Amino acid sequence: MKSIQLNGKTIELPETVHCIQDLLELYKLENRIVVVEVNKEIIYKEQYTAQALSNRDTVEIVHFVGGG
Amino acid sequence: MLKIAHHTFQSKLLLGTGKFPSFEVQKQAVEVSGTEILTFAVRRMNIFEESQPNFLEQLDLTKYKLLPNTAGAKTAEEAVRIAKLAKASGLCDMIKVEVIGCDKSLLPDPVETLKASEMLLAEGFIVLPYTSDDVVLAKRLEQLGVHAIMPGASPIGSGKGLINPLNLQFIIEQSSVPVIVDAGIGSPKDAAYAMELGANGVLLNTAVSGAKDPVKMALAMKLAIEAGHLGYEAGRIAEKNFGEASSPTTGMVTS
Repeated sequence: MKSIQLNGKTIELPETVHCIQDLLELYKLENRIVVVEVNKEIIYKEQYTAQALSNRDTVEIVHFVGGG
Repeated sequence: MLKIAHHTFQSKLLLGTGKFPSFEVQKQAVEVSGTEILTFAVRRMNIFEESQPNFLEQLDLTKYKLLPNTAGAKTAEEAVRIAKLAKASGLCDMIKVEVIGCDKSLLPDPVETLKASEMLLAEGFIVLPYTSDDVVLAKRLEQLGVHAIMPGASPIGSGKGLINPLNLQFIIEQSSVPVIVDAGIGSPKDAAYAMELGANGVLLNTAVSGAKDPVKMALAMKLAIEAGHLGYEAGRIAEKNFGEASSPTTGMVTS
């Protein structure tokens, strides 16, 4: 089983999650405005299905929040 | 009109989106403020909890330009990372460079701000650095090619207004790019004052979101900025150290 670091937390990936798109769907984020970074590299929408997740990847999912 | 790189705006008010009491109040405040530029911060999503509504996702994004900030960054490299994440959303090409160098005053780190601005310009961003009111730093930023200079009026969220109007005036008079007074605005008089000095715009957040009635304050700020700008264009009278009658001094009705 693969485990990744997701937004600072270590999680075990379900067998069904292979790529970024799967991960976003797992957390019901596929229709939200988010930006994804894997090992400090930005992953663009077009790459969501191509970008496979590997064991020990560090993934950040960020969004816009209120700020000045 | 406020012109930043290829963008033009009718409104000279840039509004922050932090700390509003509710989305409903925030929506109304944004609406009445007339703003066309909204700032946001970039943060980790709280994905492990029930999805929370997001203000940005409720906006009509055709009506507003987004100005994400790099708040949270303490180094140029961190600011660049945040800026790239923001741009990757595909929703914006402008970035407010904000690199804080002092936790107590929240004043920007001039060295890292300069460095971050240079790196982001090289990456093709439209760069609007939040800076202290240092006149020479503003010149150095302009020489780099930033698209606007955003000197603080006083520390972020302090509401102290313009503590060094002379420095702001030096920056405004010598800058060939727009100067947007950012941070520290407390009341409409501060916003009007900044515009009277010749600023091209004012960026504020807490002054509206923290007001007792944020919607009314948003309107007050809009009007203050318009009044201040008109006053600047109209050209105020010189100050004198004596009184000068405004009524005729001849033809008095005397006994």
